[in-house]
Amino acid sequence: MTTSSPAIAFQAVRKSFDSGRTFAVDSISLEIAVGEFLAIIGGSGSGKTTTLRMINRLLDPDQGTILIEGVTASELSPHDLRRRMGYVIQGVGLFPHLTIAENIAATPTLLGWTRDEIDARVAELLDLVGLAPAEFINRMPGTLSGGQRQRVGIARAIAARPHIVLMDEPFGALDPITRDSLTRSYRELHDRLGLTTVMITHDVQEAILMADRLAIMKDGRLLAIGTAKQLAARDDRDGVGDLLDMPRRQARRVQERLSDDAHG
Amino acid sequence: MDDRLAAAWARLPDYLSQHVALSASALTLGLIISLPLAVMAHRHSLVRWPVMTLASLIQTIPSLALLALFYPILLALSAAAEPFGVTFSALGFLPSLLALTLYSILPILRNTIVGLASVDADVREAALGVGMTDRQILTRIELPLAAPVIMAGIRTAAVWVIGIATLSTPVGQTSLGNYIFTGLQTENWVFVLFGCASAATLALTVDQLLGLIEGGVAKREQRRIIIGIIGLALIVLASLAPGLVPKRASYSIGAKSFTEQYVLAYLIRDRLAKNDLVGRRRAGLGSSVVFRALAANEIDVYVDYSGTIWSTQMRRSDQPGRAVVLREMEDWLREEHGILTLGSLGFENAYALAMRRDHAQSLGIRTVSDLARASPGLTIGGDFEFFGRPEWNALEDAYGFSFEDRREYQSTFMYRAVADGAVDVISAFSSDGRIAANDLVVLEDDRQAIPPYDAVLLISPARANDAAFVGALRPLVRAIPVEVMRDASLMVDRDNDKRSVREAAAFLAHEIGLEQRR
Repeated sequence: MTTSSPAIAFQAVRKSFDSGRTFAVDSISLEIAVGEFLAIIGGSGSGKTTTLRMINRLLDPDQGTILIEGVTASELSPHDLRRRMGYVIQGVGLFPHLTIAENIAATPTLLGWTRDEIDARVAELLDLVGLAPAEFINRMPGTLSGGQRQRVGIARAIAARPHIVLMDEPFGALDPITRDSLTRSYRELHDRLGLTTVMITHDVQEAILMADRLAIMKDGRLLAIGTAKQLAARDDRDGVGDLLDMPRRQARRVQERLSDDAHG
Repeated sequence: MDDRLAAAWARLPDYLSQHVALSASALTLGLIISLPLAVMAHRHSLVRWPVMTLASLIQTIPSLALLALFYPILLALSAAAEPFGVTFSALGFLPSLLALTLYSILPILRNTIVGLASVDADVREAALGVGMTDRQILTRIELPLAAPVIMAGIRTAAVWVIGIATLSTPVGQTSLGNYIFTGLQTENWVFVLFGCASAATLALTVDQLLGLIEGGVAKREQRRIIIGIIGLALIVLASLAPGLVPKRASYSIGAKSFTEQYVLAYLIRDRLAKNDLVGRRRAGLGSSVVFRALAANEIDVYVDYSGTIWSTQMRRSDQPGRAVVLREMEDWLREEHGILTLGSLGFENAYALAMRRDHAQSLGIRTVSDLARASPGLTIGGDFEFFGRPEWNALEDAYGFSFEDRREYQSTFMYRAVADGAVDVISAFSSDGRIAANDLVVLEDDRQAIPPYDAVLLISPARANDAAFVGALRPLVRAIPVEVMRDASLMVDRDNDKRSVREAAAFLAHEIGLEQRR
């Protein structure tokens, strides 16, 4: 591994679930730099989740290569690879029979950290995601609100100090207020810890607000990749500019409705 | 305390401990088989369907039939394995264990598969995401989450197994079912109730203890789990205690499932005891089970009837007369099976057709031929074996009945049925005290379709040359007149002044003058 290697690199990656008749992911090549926050946007069936799951080897590509910090992913053991990465999903998936502390300690426990190391790290992480350690350590997942659960999910993902965090619609199930506060505090965490984050979302506004670059996927292909500004400025043969402009159009309509009401 | 209740209590340690040992072994074996099978079925959907179908199929076989089926299968296996120096008993513990194990599989298997499948997909995805291996996901996530459902399955299996274990008596395994089978045959309702109550108490206790563990697992309370486990361990340990007492070499005495056989088994045991030999009774065995068991040296002695051997084992249908039947039977038993016929006891217990005296007289029926003529308007009752036996075929061939209806009864209820008029004629036993007690008449077999039924003492091939054993039993030969046998059986069967089987056997020994001898 060299310092100049990107955190994640896709080289002509293809993946099919029907023995090659159609490709869920078709010839994707991209590089994600160390410390970068990339959002993948696309409708359902666009191949974004398949792309994400190939990074931590929950799926393996049929063709092409994926490099993690310069090393070919298929040469690493899937379990070791996953223990080195954070993984956050929409449904959180906290282990319902384990306490919050035990949930957060999942990966460190698998890595054989000592009891003291784990205890200290759990307290630190709860602080980091904005939950009071004394109050939450011994609680069970069932007693938490949706927002609290996803905070614990994030704490669990970064517990073993991974360099890379993968997120699949992490905030999709939250109410707008919780969502706003959690997206902001995650971006802060990303910067403070120097993480590389790949996040799937269908929410263009969220992607623009959180990510450094956006990757737009459609029918298994990478339609466009770039900063929000770059993508919005593109000549719009494929609808990408239109997609990026959507939040602005919506904001304008909101404005109109508000002034209509004022006059009506 | 009532005598019968006292007798029931006295047998409890033996019956209960064997019942617990059998149920616990079957449940343990069931767990060892079903848990890995369920995990396999959970992982590979191709395995799931055949495994579940097979387990459900087993459940549809009536329990008594499943138990009975294992006996001939094991007997054949045992014979096949003998040349290789492997010997095991096809009677008693082994067939019961296998049948009960099969029964315990379905609830554990089904609940484990359901429990594992009900783990939330997000939880499984997260477990993969944090870097757990398949094995770690199974042991740290799936099994703990499925534990309450699996425990519920184990509870169901435990209650089933403890209940069905009472049916292992007819294949020679002592259990709480001995109370029920003996009680049913000898009309000892105290025994029947005692057997039911003790089996139910055991099942409920175990169910509650397992429930405690189940609750403890679900609520993560170690205290409950520990109390439950200690309770179960105490029950199992207590059941092992009687087995720890060293036993002297003992002789196994077989008995079929009717009163005369119970009394004779006790008489034989007492004879052995008088000669400082230990006899253990295995009562309530099926007619052909007991014969095969003797031939295979599973039991050492029992009383059978010449006509039964003649028609059922030798498959003969000719009627050469009493002496010839006896002689040819002796030769056949010795040559075919190495069984020693020690001699006849001195009485006959023939299958005979019997009717209530007033009923027979009003219809003018004296012989079986008379009965055949009147049969279109009559109903016949038989015990469970009768209509499947060659004697019935012989009777039908000789007389050509056309009964309006036929019904099958456990023998106790068969006598009740004829006395009540529910049936007109029954397949009685000629030495049965209940013939006289119910004022029945035995119809004359005027075409001699039924062979003679001398009660004969049969000794297993392995004991044929055991001088002490054979010597102890020889005084029984030609010693028992039919009237004495009938009285002894009736003491047990009658409703008033009812006696225990043990008392009837003592009465019998006294009447035939064996009490004083030593």
